[in-house]
Amino acid sequence: MTRLAYGSVILFGIAAAGLGGYGVAGGAGTLRLTWLVPLGGIELTLDPLGGLFLALIGLAVVPASVYALGYPDGDTGRFAYFVFVASMCVVPLAANTMTFLIAWELMSLASYFLVLRDRESRESIRAAWVYAVMTHAGLACLLAGMLLLGADVGSPRFADWRAAASALAPTTRDAAFVLLALGFAGKAGVIPLHVWLPLAHPAAPSHVSALMSGVMIKLGIYGLLRVSLDWLGVGPPWWGAALLIAGAASSVIGVLYALVEHDLKRLLAFHSIENIGIILLGIGSAALYRVAGLDALALLGLIAALYHTVNHAAFKALLFLGAGAVVHATGTRNMEAMGGLIKRMPWTAACFLIGSAAIAALPPLNGFVSEWLTFLALFQNMRLESVGQNLVFTLGIASLALTGGLAMACFVKAFGITFLALPRSDAAAGAHEASPPMRLAMLALAAACVALGLGPTLVVPVFGAVAAAVLRTAPQATGGDWLTLRVSGEFASLSTAAIAVVLAASFLVPLAALRLVGASRRTRGYETWGCGRIVQTARMEYTATAFANPFKRVFDFFYRPTKRLDIEFHPESRFFVERIEYENPTRSIFDDWLYRPALDLLHAGARAVGALQSGSANQYLAYILVALLLMLVLA
Amino acid sequence: MIAGIALAIVQVVIVGAGAPLLVGALRTLKARLVGRRGPSPWQPYADFRKLLAKEAVVSTTTSWVFRATPYILVATLLVTALVVPVVTVRPPLTFAGNIILLVYLFMLGTFFLALAGLDAGSAFGGMGSSREVAVAALAEPTVIVAVFALALRADTIDLGRIVERFGGEPWLAANPAHLLAFAAFFIVMLAETGRLPVDNPATHLELTMIHEAMVLEYSGRHLALVEWASAMKLFLFMTLLANLFVPWGLTEPSGPVAVLRGLLALTGKLALLTIAVAVLETAVAKLRLFRVPELLAGSFALAFLSLMAVFLVR
Amino acid sequence: MFRQLRTALRTGIVTEPVVPAGELERIGERLASEVARHFGRSLAIRQVDAGSCNGCELEITGLTGPHYDLERFGVHFVASPRHADCLLVTGPVTRNMAEALRRTWHATPDPKFVVAVGDCGRDGGVFRGSYAIVGGVADVVPVDAVIPGCPPSPAALLAGLLEAIGRLAR
Repeated sequence: MTRLAYGSVILFGIAAAGLGGYGVAGGAGTLRLTWLVPLGGIELTLDPLGGLFLALIGLAVVPASVYALGYPDGDTGRFAYFVFVASMCVVPLAANTMTFLIAWELMSLASYFLVLRDRESRESIRAAWVYAVMTHAGLACLLAGMLLLGADVGSPRFADWRAAASALAPTTRDAAFVLLALGFAGKAGVIPLHVWLPLAHPAAPSHVSALMSGVMIKLGIYGLLRVSLDWLGVGPPWWGAALLIAGAASSVIGVLYALVEHDLKRLLAFHSIENIGIILLGIGSAALYRVAGLDALALLGLIAALYHTVNHAAFKALLFLGAGAVVHATGTRNMEAMGGLIKRMPWTAACFLIGSAAIAALPPLNGFVSEWLTFLALFQNMRLESVGQNLVFTLGIASLALTGGLAMACFVKAFGITFLALPRSDAAAGAHEASPPMRLAMLALAAACVALGLGPTLVVPVFGAVAAAVLRTAPQATGGDWLTLRVSGEFASLSTAAIAVVLAASFLVPLAALRLVGASRRTRGYETWGCGRIVQTARMEYTATAFANPFKRVFDFFYRPTKRLDIEFHPESRFFVERIEYENPTRSIFDDWLYRPALDLLHAGARAVGALQSGSANQYLAYILVALLLMLVLA
Repeated sequence: MIAGIALAIVQVVIVGAGAPLLVGALRTLKARLVGRRGPSPWQPYADFRKLLAKEAVVSTTTSWVFRATPYILVATLLVTALVVPVVTVRPPLTFAGNIILLVYLFMLGTFFLALAGLDAGSAFGGMGSSREVAVAALAEPTVIVAVFALALRADTIDLGRIVERFGGEPWLAANPAHLLAFAAFFIVMLAETGRLPVDNPATHLELTMIHEAMVLEYSGRHLALVEWASAMKLFLFMTLLANLFVPWGLTEPSGPVAVLRGLLALTGKLALLTIAVAVLETAVAKLRLFRVPELLAGSFALAFLSLMAVFLVR
Repeated sequence: MFRQLRTALRTGIVTEPVVPAGELERIGERLASEVARHFGRSLAIRQVDAGSCNGCELEITGLTGPHYDLERFGVHFVASPRHADCLLVTGPVTRNMAEALRRTWHATPDPKFVVAVGDCGRDGGVFRGSYAIVGGVADVVPVDAVIPGCPPSPAALLAGLLEAIGRLAR
C-alpha cells in the first residue's frame, strides 16, 4: 500500500517535471473549468516561470518519495502527503485568484497535518500551531492584496492585472505590493516572518521537511517574483531596495541563528532562511536594475535568483534527507549526542558532506555558481546613478560575503560534530547506515548538486530564457562557450568544469610528488594526542556549543546570551561537587521585541473588548437600545 | 595552448618552490630583528625533506577526511596559484574564475582543514577549528568589499585586468581609496594567514593557538603537505597584495623575458612586504582572541571607506 | 613598539659569531653538521617535563634565547610529539607522568630518539628511591643519550644532543 502510494507520487512528480519542462521550453497552455467553483472558476496556465517552478517541484518530489519508501514510518500521513504535492503543483499554474488561493490553502493545510504528525508531543503541537497562525496571517495578507487588485482592475485573472498594471494608481499598486509581498514573504520565511520555519521543519518527517524547505517555501519566492517583477509591472525603486534589504537581513540573521543551533534539523531550517535571503538579493537587484532600465543586469540578477532557487532545492533537500537518516539512526536531533557517524554511515556522511560543501558555496559545487552570479549582479551597481542605491547594494555585497563565511563555519560544525571523531552517545555508537531507497535518494540529489555545479554553461541559458520571459526582454545576459560562462561582456567569466578538472589534477600532484621524491609511505595508527592523557573519551571532544562560542561572543549584541550555572555541592563539604549544570542559551530578538509585544497587545485588546461580554442580560438589552438609537440618529 | 600550459607550470613552480623560501626568510628576518642569528632562510626546505622521510602517525579515531585533507589543501592552493596574477597579467586559469573564486577556493581549504581538526576528537583540534573558521568568516566581508572597491575603479573583477588597468594608469593607484583598500587587505592578509597580531605562528602553547592547534595531529608527509600549503597561502596572499596594489612590472606573457621581468618585480615587491611583515610581527603583541573581531571590524571599516571614496568621488 | 624596534636595531645581533671558535660554537657547528647528516639539517624537539623542578627547563629556555640561539643550527622546539624527532625529557619520572611519557613516546613518529636531561632524568637524582617516582627516564622509555648536570648548562645540552645524534647514526 505504502509502495503503491509513493510509487504513484513518484510518477506524478515525473509527469509534473515533464509538464514544467515543456513550459520552460516555451510551451504554453491553458485549462479552464469555470463551472467548478464560483468567482472565475479554476483556470490554469503554463508559462516559463510557472513551468520552472513546476519542474522544480516535480524533480524534488521524486527523490523525496523514493526516500519515503525506505523511511521507517513513511506509512503515516500518505494522504496529506499526496494532497501536499498535488496542491504545490497547482500553485505555479494558477492563473486567477480563486485557483491560486484554493491551491495555496490546500498546500498550507496539508503541510499543517504533516507537521502535526506526532500528536502526542507538546513540541509538535506548538510547532503546528505557530505554523497555522503564521500561514493564515500570510493568507489574510494575500487575500486582502488580491481582492484589492481584483476590485481595482475588475478581474480576478492575473493576466488582466499584468495588462492593467501600468494604469493603476501608485498608492493602490504600493498597497497591493506591500500586502502581497508580506503574504509571500511569510511563506518564504523572510526575516522577521520566519518564526514558524525553525519550528515546523524539524517537526515534520524528513522527506516532508525536504519538500517544505526545498520547494514549498520556494513558492513564496515564486509569489515574490510575480509580485515584484510580473503582475504589478515595473514598480518604484523602493520595492527592489526593500527586497534587497530584506534579503541582506535574512541571509545574515538566518545563518547567525543557525550557528548557535544544535538541533540538526532546526539548523538546516535556519539555513533555509539564509538562502531565501540570498535569493532575495538576486530578485531585489533585478527589480532595481529594471527600474533603471538596465535590462541585461536585471536579467543577470534574476538568473542568479532562479539558479539559487533550484540549487537550494537540491542541496537543502539532500541535507534534510541526510539529517533524517541520521536522526533515525541515532534517535535524536541533538548534535551533541552524535559524532563518529562517518564510520557507521559512510554513504550518508559522503552525501551530507557534498551537501554541506554545496550550501557553503564551495567551488566547484552548485551553491558556489549561484552565489558567484549573485555577487556579479550586485557588483555591477556602479552602473546605477544614485548613491543611495549603491549603498543598498554594498550592504547586500557585505552581507553576502559575511553569510558565505558564516555558512562555511556553520557547516564545519554541522558535519564535523555530527559525523567526525568519537560518538558522543551510545545511540550514536550503535547507529546504522540508511536503507537502500534512502541512500538512492540522497545519491541522486548529491549528483544533482555536482551536475548543477559543473554545468552552468548548460543551465544558465535555460534560466536566461525564463528570466527573459518574465522581464520581457531578449535573453542576452551571458555568453561564452560550452566550457566558459561569460557574464556582462568582459566583466567576468567562470568555468567550474575547468576548475574541477584542474582541482582533480592538482589533487594528484602531491600524491605523485611524494612518490617521486621517495617520501616515506609508512603509516602507523595510534591514539589521538591528548598530552599523554590516560583515558580519552568523547567527553573531551569539542562540542557544538563550544564550537559556536566564538561567534556567540563576537555577536553577543545580537544573541544576548544568558548564563546559568547550577552547582550542587556535597552536603558535608563545599569542596566536593556532586553535579554541575551549565546553560548558555541565546535569546531571540524577534520573539522578545516583536512577537511578544504584539501578542501582549493582542491579548490586552481582547481583554478590553471582552469586558463588553459581562453575562448580564440587562447590559445586553442596553447595547441593543444604544445600537437602535445610533441607527436612528445616523439614518 | 602550449604557452598557456608552460605558463601554468612556471607559475605553479614559482609559488610552490618560492613559498618555503618566503616563510624561511620571514623567520630569519624576525630572528635578526630580536638580535638572534636565526635559522637559514632555506630551513623550511630542510624541514620538509626530513618530514618526508619520517613515518606518519595517524590517530585511530580519524576517518578518511583527516587523511585526504592535506592533499585537498595542497590541491586548492595549486589551483589558486593558477588564478592569481603572479608574474604576468594573464594567469593561466583567468577564464575560469576571478577574485570570488579565489576567496571561495581559500575557503574550501579552510573547510577541510577545520574538519580535519575536528576529526581526531581532541579538544585542541576542535578549538583550533572553531577559531580558524571564526576568523575566516569575519575576514570574508573585508576581502570582498576591498576588492570590490578596486574592481569598481578598474571596471572589471578579473584580477589580471585589474592589475593591467592600474599598471597602465598609475594615477588610478595614487588615490586615497587605493590606500584604504590596501590597509584593509593587509590586515585581512595577516588574519587569513595566521600571522601576528591575530595568531602566533611560533607559539607552543595550545590555548593560544589558532592554526597550529588544528594541525597538532599531523605528522610526517601529511604535516609536510599542510605546512607547504600554509606557506603557499602566505605566498599567494602576499603576491595578491603586492600585485593588486602595486601593479608595476607585470605585462602580457609575451615571452620568457616578460615572465622573467614579472618574476623580478615580484621578488622585489615580496622582499619589501616581507620586511614590513617581519617588522610588524616584531613590534606588536598578539591580540587577545576576542579582540581580533575588533581588528577585523576595523579592516572592514577601512574597506567600506575606500568604497565610499569611490562612490563619492566619481 | 618603536622602542622595541629601536633597541633591536641599536643592539644588533648578540648571538656570538661562529668563526672565532669558542667551545660552544664548535659544538654547535658539529651539532649542525650531525643534524644535517641524519635529519637533513632539521631537528624538531619536543620537550617533556616528566616531573622536573623546572631547573632544567630554565636552561633549555636559554638555548632559544639570543645568546645561544639554537635555531641557527636547524634545531627548533615544537608543540606536539607528532611534529618531533627528539624527545627531550627532564626530571625524575613520577608515577603520574610515567604513562603520559610512554604515550608521548608512542605518539612520536619514527625515526626518533630520546635524550634524558639532568641528574634526575639520568637515574632519579636526589629523588632516587622515592616512593613517588618510577626512576630515571630509561626506566620508562628507551633513552639514546643522557645529559647529566643539575641543571646542565646550555652548552652541555648542545653537546648532549650532538652525542645522541652521533649514537643514533651508529
